[in-house]
Amino acid sequence: MATFEPEQGGRTLRFSGDLTLAKIGDLDQRLRAQDGAIEQLDLSGIGRIDTIGAWIVHRFAAEKNAKIEGLDEDGEYLLSQVKEADQPVNMRPAHVSGFARVLGEIGDAVVVTGQTLYGLLGFMGATTLAFGHIIRHPHRFRFNAVVQRFEVVGVSALAIIGLMSFLIGIVIAQQGAVQLRQFGAEVYTINLIGRITLRELGVLMTAIMVAGRSGSSFAAQIGTMKLTEEVDAMRTIGVSPMEALVVPRVLASVLMMPLLGFYSSLIAIIGGGLLCWISLDIPPITYVQRIREVVPLTDLYVGLVKAPVFGAIIAIAGCFQGMLVEGDAEQVGRRTTSAVVQAIFLVIVLDAFFAVFFSSIGWI
Amino acid sequence: MVKDDIVIDVKGLKNSFGEQIVHENLDLQVRRGEIFGVVGGSGTGKSVLMRSIIGLQPPDEGEITVFGEPTIGREETEAIEIRKRWGVLFQGGALFSTLTVAENVQVPLREFYPNLDLALLDEVAAYKVVMSGLPADAGPKYPAELSGGMKKRAGLARALALDPELLFLDEPTAGLDPIGAAAFDDLIASLQKTLGLTVFLITHDLDTLYAICDRVAVLADRKVIAIGTIDELLALDHPWIQEYFNGPRGRAALAAKDRPAKSEAARAEQTGAER
Repeated sequence: MATFEPEQGGRTLRFSGDLTLAKIGDLDQRLRAQDGAIEQLDLSGIGRIDTIGAWIVHRFAAEKNAKIEGLDEDGEYLLSQVKEADQPVNMRPAHVSGFARVLGEIGDAVVVTGQTLYGLLGFMGATTLAFGHIIRHPHRFRFNAVVQRFEVVGVSALAIIGLMSFLIGIVIAQQGAVQLRQFGAEVYTINLIGRITLRELGVLMTAIMVAGRSGSSFAAQIGTMKLTEEVDAMRTIGVSPMEALVVPRVLASVLMMPLLGFYSSLIAIIGGGLLCWISLDIPPITYVQRIREVVPLTDLYVGLVKAPVFGAIIAIAGCFQGMLVEGDAEQVGRRTTSAVVQAIFLVIVLDAFFAVFFSSIGWI
Repeated sequence: MVKDDIVIDVKGLKNSFGEQIVHENLDLQVRRGEIFGVVGGSGTGKSVLMRSIIGLQPPDEGEITVFGEPTIGREETEAIEIRKRWGVLFQGGALFSTLTVAENVQVPLREFYPNLDLALLDEVAAYKVVMSGLPADAGPKYPAELSGGMKKRAGLARALALDPELLFLDEPTAGLDPIGAAAFDDLIASLQKTLGLTVFLITHDLDTLYAICDRVAVLADRKVIAIGTIDELLALDHPWIQEYFNGPRGRAALAAKDRPAKSEAARAEQTGAER
């Protein structure tokens, strides 16, 4: 254990023991508590010394204006190294009061939100331009890339979206049946299932699933490519990242969303039908017949009109956030999260607008 | 040689990834107090060797002891005693991105010596940061705000936080400018001198090899094909070694080795005059 003893009336401190990190103990506190004038620090009796020991001795000596004696050559060298490294340094970020910080964070959030929306608008414009450019120069269209995205966004999602929709169909039917039974109106469960899945839930749940699956992967892929400078490399070779990366993804989402949404609605109707058959004793034939009677074709149109718009929003939000990645790998994660949050938020906001719009044009 | 003098002892190491065998029958000994360089072509498993020694990559076969203690198959609680005594600098610095540079340096100190007080922790972080050649205001910055070279220095500051006896460096000078790289070499050499460090150094930098390494191991054909001082290696007749050290870059580095000697002498005179 490192320790020290006053000598010669307290004007000299004589150290002993190992002045190393492992053995330093509370030497620092005891030295800080040491009062009075000290003229000399005698280190001739110590064992080993490392930078932390040297630092503590040096700082104390500098504070008391004392001389350090008795170190061997290596020790002197170590001390000189530590002395050189002694600079006034602030080790902590500047302190800000709680209230100011809250205000600052609110301000930052507002600015960031504004900038993000503005940037997203700009990115939508850039995507539209890229589409226009490809239409004018069709040979620049990357057919293979788009087909590959079809698979990733559409085909691979079939299983999970099917399972989800099936379960949602069952849940709607079950909850609907329980409530409607109180009025003896179980038969309207079929109306509920048919209309809500085709109009709203089929496409909405699919959009949420696609945002979670594909929107996030767009952001992560493009973000990683930004980090590894692949996107910059593309530009220098003369390939436009908007055309090569963004257009195929947006196109794939726009085309796949209606198909997935329709598929999801169908599976949900099947799931609901199964529950009606089992718990309400409505045979499948009657169920299908009722569905055809009570669900107007406009309900299907409502779903199919919304789906490509949602697909575009999801893909653009994903690609936009991916393109914003800069600096370190942590950003990829943060941007991926924002991509999903942004996509789902925008999808739900737009869905509300669509609901009002379709009601007012009489598709009720 | 006394057994205590061997800090790292690797015997019969075998590492493989699936079909691909990286090391087979690899033997290696690092002595106390030396700066031990490891060279080898790309893909010869230099980093894998380091990862095996520090226990991050369990090998297929073989024995590895550090400070006379085996590192393979140890419980976390047992391994801690060894981990206190070494510092590791990864290629990209591997700084914790949610902590400032100063906090990064303090992590090992807080972890192993939880009762050090805050003021001292800050002071230690400050001198470590400056010692590693970072500007004094780098302490409160986050890793994302640093350049690649600064990250490396901050990583070194963290590796040195515990004043370790053994330092692992994975390509410390890669990506540094020549002035920074030379300063890094000086820093390692002076730390080695002051703290009696043993340094395990993976590098491609011939200047570093000539400037500071006591012994160099050459990795090829899945094992260490030669160990020795550079002069001893040069005497060997292996084509890869000859090409490595006697190629145009190798000769340039050898020529450069004599030049800094002059400037060092000049610097010594200067500092002497200041005193």
